[in-house]
Amino acid sequence: MNIAPIKSIKDIPTEEDIFPGTPVCAGCGGLLALRHCLKVLGKKVVIVNAAGCFTLLSIYPFTPFQNSWLYTAMACAPAGAQGIRDALDILIKKGRLDPEEDLKVVVLTGDGAAYDIGIASTSGAIYRNLDFYYICYDNEAYGNTGFQWSGATPFASKTGTTPAGRISPTGTELSKKNLFEIWKSHKPPYLATISPAHPVDLINKFKKAEQYKGPKLFINLSPCPPGWATDTSYTARLAKLAVDTGIWALKEAVYGEARHTVIPRRVKPVEEYLKGQGRFAHLFKPSRQEDALKKIQEMVDRYWNEARKAEVIKE
Amino acid sequence: MMKEMLTGNAAAAWGVRLAEVDYVPAYPITPQTEIIETLAKWICDGVMEARFVTVDSEHSMITAAGAASATGVRVFTATSSQGLLYGFEMLYTVAGWRVPLVMINVSRGLSAPITLEPDHNDVLAARDSGFLQIHCETCQEVLDSILMAYRLAEDERVLLPVLVNMDGFYLSFTREPVEIPDIKKVKRFLPPYQPKHAFFKASQPMAQGVAVIGGPVYSYFKYQMHLASRKALEVYKEVSDEFKEIFGRAYNTIEGYMADDAEYILVMTNSFSTLGKAAVKNARSKGIKAGLLRLRLLRPFPEKDIFDAIIGKKVVAVLDQNISIGKGGILYSEISSAICNGKESPLLLSFVGGLGGKNISPEEFEFIFDSMIKAIGIGEIPASRLLYTEAEWKEMDSLKKMAGKL
Ligand code: SF4
Repeated sequence: MNIAPIKSIKDIPTEEDIFPGTPVCAGCGGLLALRHCLKVLGKKVVIVNAAGCFTLLSIYPFTPFQNSWLYTAMACAPAGAQGIRDALDILIKKGRLDPEEDLKVVVLTGDGAAYDIGIASTSGAIYRNLDFYYICYDNEAYGNTGFQWSGATPFASKTGTTPAGRISPTGTELSKKNLFEIWKSHKPPYLATISPAHPVDLINKFKKAEQYKGPKLFINLSPCPPGWATDTSYTARLAKLAVDTGIWALKEAVYGEARHTVIPRRVKPVEEYLKGQGRFAHLFKPSRQEDALKKIQEMVDRYWNEARKAEVIKE
Repeated sequence: MMKEMLTGNAAAAWGVRLAEVDYVPAYPITPQTEIIETLAKWICDGVMEARFVTVDSEHSMITAAGAASATGVRVFTATSSQGLLYGFEMLYTVAGWRVPLVMINVSRGLSAPITLEPDHNDVLAARDSGFLQIHCETCQEVLDSILMAYRLAEDERVLLPVLVNMDGFYLSFTREPVEIPDIKKVKRFLPPYQPKHAFFKASQPMAQGVAVIGGPVYSYFKYQMHLASRKALEVYKEVSDEFKEIFGRAYNTIEGYMADDAEYILVMTNSFSTLGKAAVKNARSKGIKAGLLRLRLLRPFPEKDIFDAIIGKKVVAVLDQNISIGKGGILYSEISSAICNGKESPLLLSFVGGLGGKNISPEEFEFIFDSMIKAIGIGEIPASRLLYTEAEWKEMDSLKKMAGKL
């Protein structure tokens, strides 16, 4: 594997590892990112999946992958990865499997599994320094069940279980859980946030991760047309806006040392990101919820101020 | 032949060692922990070539066990009670993966109230999961059953995981003389695991555990599991015959004790059967034609063997060391299903006893035999009854008094 970073989008291999015609929604930001991830990971991969939208990628007798797949359950994909990794190691050590047959073990889950129900099994796997990848496609709610609140849902998002109404005009009142920091506290060899709108950054992160043995963890902010109530053609632009407004910070952490990898040049106001999405529509109509909009902008500003204090950020 | 004094837990560990298991994902829980501690020590000392990992919960443990088995190694794991239930979702899941792992359950009553001593609500909760179930009475049987379990599970006609059950405390911590079989004989009985159906390797990508859509596909795969489990009845006979030939010990799906000429049959499982056998002997000395039937293979359910063993008897009493709340003894229903279509079905009485490890005294067994004799001629079968002595009732009263409830 060539781990030298690529420079431009033209350097991305054109060969696809996921065949078209999957049952996930048109414009799914998660699938867009996964396509890029697999271009780096290659074909010698076993994906260990937790219950979520992507479980529907492999429905008997079809699979869009050229690699292996195991669906586990919602809370325990990292434990499945543990079993497979250990078993492959044992087979190779005992001479029952040619090392050429070895596989990269890749956990693939949504945010419900990563932020909520599977956080214990993930913590365990990271703590045990399991040699695996974790790709979380984070669409900020339980998407496969129709978009309900999860620990990843950001403040003021409307979901099926946090509707916006007279009692709670903002919808969700809680803020998004900081999974990056939770995972970072375990000091894994490699941890990064990624975006389908920044494929060069994404690919270079996977290339960089390759050199480390142990947990290599990725959180992808995944625009989700049905849940976010956006047009399917808007996904890439929205993913880009999330970065440009500073809402989704692209960063990495090597053994717990974090740094930002993409710094928005002129940070755009958060409103530009929010206003195109149905899940935030109540912040603008019938009347503007100024307090909520201000709070979101302040949260983002505070984040970047703190980031600037902690690391020298070249603008 | 040399015998060693081993606890049930140590006997289990020996079974695993002799089976040359590759992988042991573990999570501690009383009264099972001694098994995984013993294995951890052996692996650490290098006398057993396997990998041991303590994971974050039984849910993760069963997942890791299933996933490793799906990758192609021989896997063992152990749990008990709350742990089994904590991982419950994954029992059904890994059984559906058709992976041949073996798991020990050391029985312990279920919370609430939380307790330590055994009954069988834990393992029977897993009755419908797809795991085969072997229930043991002695420490020797625990060791032997593990070897048999791998043969069964790995048989291509079966490919289902197996749960081997033993009672917490009464067996797990009780030392009995156990013959540790010679490894050469074990190798003859149990060849190395060569996965032909479930494995992961780069040259042959495989999607396992995939979703299905629609009832017909789902029904197909579920019923396949059922048929494989039923097939295991046949395979079991082959495996037990071969086991007897190599090791000289015979384990049928059920075990009769003074049952052939008996008119009154007591049905039991697991270690308390030893108490039942003593009670049968006692009843015989008083001229009662008593016998005992111990169920050993619970899944697949050997109804034919059971039918043959009890049809024509006068009265059968099922002593359930479990309780289905709102119904009564679980095995009572199972036994009735085995005999209900027979012409000479015996009367069938139900008793619940030994819950949470409560002792069953000789008097309680006498009460059972007495009830069986009286049942003839009454024509009416009483509802399920709980075995509970007067002394225990009084003791409970005094506890309630202390609690300010009396
Ligand atoms: S619901 Fe959202 S996350 Fe799920 S497949 Fe559809 S677009 Fe992707």
